[in-house]
Amino acid sequence: MNDMRILERDVDTKEVKIAARDVQVYYGTNHAIKDVSVDIEDKTVTAFIGPSGCGKSTFLRCINRMNDTIDVCRVTGDIRIDNQDIYDPRVDPVQLRAKVGMVFQKPNPFPKSIYDNVAYGPRIHGLARNKADLDDIVEKSLRRGAIWDEVKDRLNAPGTGLSGGQQQRLCIARAVATEPEVLLMDEPCSALDPIATAQIEELIDELRQSYSVVIVTHSMQQAARVSQKTAFFHLGNLVEYGETGTIFTNPVDPRTESYITGRIG
Amino acid sequence: MPLTWLILLILAIAFAGYVLGRRRALNSAGGDRRVLHSLPSYYGAIVAMWAVVPAAGVLIIWLLVQPYIVNSSVLSTLPDTMVAEGSSFSLVMSDVRRVADGLDVAVSTGAMSREAAASLSTEDTDVRETLGDMGVALGSAVSAEVLGAAQAYRAMNATGALMMAVVVLLITLGGAGFALSRSHAEFRARNAVERGVLALLIAAASLAVLTTIGIVFALLFNTIEFFKLYPAADFFFGTNWAPSFSGRGGASDLGILPLLWGTFYISLIALLVAVPIGLFAAIYLSEYASPRLRSIAKPLIEILAGIPTIVYGLFALLTVGPLLVTMFGKDTLGWMSGGTAVMTAGLVMGIMLIPFVSSLSDDIINAVPQAMRDGSYGLGATQSETIRHVILPAALPGIVGAILLAASRAIGETMIVVLGAGAAARLSLNPFEAMTTITAKIVSQLTGDADFASPEALVAFALGMTLFVLTLGLNVFALYIVRKYREQYD
Ligand SMILES: Nc1ncnc2c1ncn2[C@@H]1O[C@H](COP(=O)(O)OP(=O)(O)O)[C@@H](O)[C@H]1O
Ligand SMILES: [Mg+2]
Repeated sequence: MNDMRILERDVDTKEVKIAARDVQVYYGTNHAIKDVSVDIEDKTVTAFIGPSGCGKSTFLRCINRMNDTIDVCRVTGDIRIDNQDIYDPRVDPVQLRAKVGMVFQKPNPFPKSIYDNVAYGPRIHGLARNKADLDDIVEKSLRRGAIWDEVKDRLNAPGTGLSGGQQQRLCIARAVATEPEVLLMDEPCSALDPIATAQIEELIDELRQSYSVVIVTHSMQQAARVSQKTAFFHLGNLVEYGETGTIFTNPVDPRTESYITGRIG
Repeated sequence: MPLTWLILLILAIAFAGYVLGRRRALNSAGGDRRVLHSLPSYYGAIVAMWAVVPAAGVLIIWLLVQPYIVNSSVLSTLPDTMVAEGSSFSLVMSDVRRVADGLDVAVSTGAMSREAAASLSTEDTDVRETLGDMGVALGSAVSAEVLGAAQAYRAMNATGALMMAVVVLLITLGGAGFALSRSHAEFRARNAVERGVLALLIAAASLAVLTTIGIVFALLFNTIEFFKLYPAADFFFGTNWAPSFSGRGGASDLGILPLLWGTFYISLIALLVAVPIGLFAAIYLSEYASPRLRSIAKPLIEILAGIPTIVYGLFALLTVGPLLVTMFGKDTLGWMSGGTAVMTAGLVMGIMLIPFVSSLSDDIINAVPQAMRDGSYGLGATQSETIRHVILPAALPGIVGAILLAASRAIGETMIVVLGAGAAARLSLNPFEAMTTITAKIVSQLTGDADFASPEALVAFALGMTLFVLTLGLNVFALYIVRKYREQYD
């Protein structure tokens, strides 16, 4: 956990995982993302903050091409993961999404058992050689999602029967099960109570060991607590991007400062 | 006074009551509507309600009861000998009514004065001829008794109508007056109107329920009547359906099993056609089709549901039947001897059921939250994997409900069976043979000149009752499943 007053954080320069250049997104005629360029590092938690409707979710969904499922949405520009253009026609968005996991705002477990929820991704991608293998993957993922101890005795109970916080951790475990390299989280705690939020935040900090995590949040405290890098979006523009400590204590752009001090809602 | 005038008069009084009630309440408040408990229109409305509702109730009851009283008192004036030579009371009564109607027509066209009609007698005129000249044809010569009864019938109806008008108008005025007397500023007219509206809604709902109960009881009594004449075990377990028709004599075999089998077999084929096609269409429309295509295709499919079943029947008889015969008939495979067969009716009924399955399933698939799809796509599933593994399992109970509703439609279908499946009751596995269903046999047992007290006619009610229980069970089961499904996402 971080404290926003500490300026020297463990931000050794890491490899760039996701590189976006001049990304534009249009919903029909609505220009939702304007000229966004950003380098997101590996093994780092990057937070997207900004007032609601500024395009945080839209940009996040560009990274795993979830925007392809929206008819009116058009994306231009260049987004590379490990230097591979993900909008290249040769890239299969379906494969890409297995590599770039996503956790949504509202916990959305499938109406299936806890086990089947986690096994869903490995099954459709053929990641397990046999049942024992699959059991291993499920257990490992549930442990990663910090929910194993709570559900190990009722893996066959429906996932929808868990509490909100448990459901969200189940969704994280489900995303982790396909062994992604990047984990995208769109306001993962906004539907949860403070205790569940704290659990998820702790989990995010652990996930940083293995993944590049990008989290959208409307809570600046949360961004300050969990992230090393922060990007501030405003009206579709990326206004400022840098180390979280700097953004919160020493913002360059006046818009960032007024947002952080509460003058832009 | 004709009924229309009476009703118009009641409405006029109600309207006047509305205006008066409003004004009286306003006056009592010194013209300041803020002092009133309720809006002025409520004071008007409560007066209008008091004017109309009790009067309408009495009017309806009167209209229902008067014919009984008039009939029975006219009948009691007729000598028993008259009835003895005719076949029954009701036949004599219908003669009386025809003569009375004839006299009415004569009076209303001005061909006969009111007094002349009342004093007409069989001694000095041939009533049949006189009425015939005026355009009222009678079947036989009119006897003195019948003419007398008809005149009495007319007289009683006339006084009855007059009394009814007076009583109803008095009640209207009384109701309006009573409500008017209460139109003060403090009177809670709004609450009273609210209670009135509630009562009206309850009345409508209970009427609907009572009608259903009435229908069930009508079926039930006749069914019990049937089982007095025909052993229930033979009906439920008999494997032969061979009713003998009136006049030909001999005992009938009235076993339901061949009909039940026909119903089941045809419905099964219909569902085998409708469920895959309807379900796939629903999946295409809800998951793949562009909104534009969907907005065109969905109504087009639903048009199928609006086609009258008799048209489907013709389609089965004239198109599908002959087509099947050329495919499976004598010239080729030799499985099928005539155009009417289980297959013909089943295929056409299946087409009819497609929109039921597709449009209900489409709604149910659309009700699966977008978050489920996002979750699956986000894990790298393709569209068809998402549909197979997430959407269909989530929508399954609802889809099963839709299929059961379609099944109960199939079981109750008549016209397609009559025209497409033939009339032979048969226990056979060959789908290219003619068979028949419960509904089709109900029709054939009740049409024609069967005596309504014979088991051959009463069996229709037992068949109807069986059908009712079957479809009711299916519907209840379907609703139960659909409801259970709804709880999942709340
Ligand atoms: N599915 C969509 N269709 C059309 N417009 C959308 C859609 N999703 C988002 N938008 C628009 O894009 C803009 C950015 O939205 P979003 O990315 O959801 O903002 P944020 O997540 O920062 O609150 C908004 O103006 C919103 O109206
Ligand atoms: Mg958002």
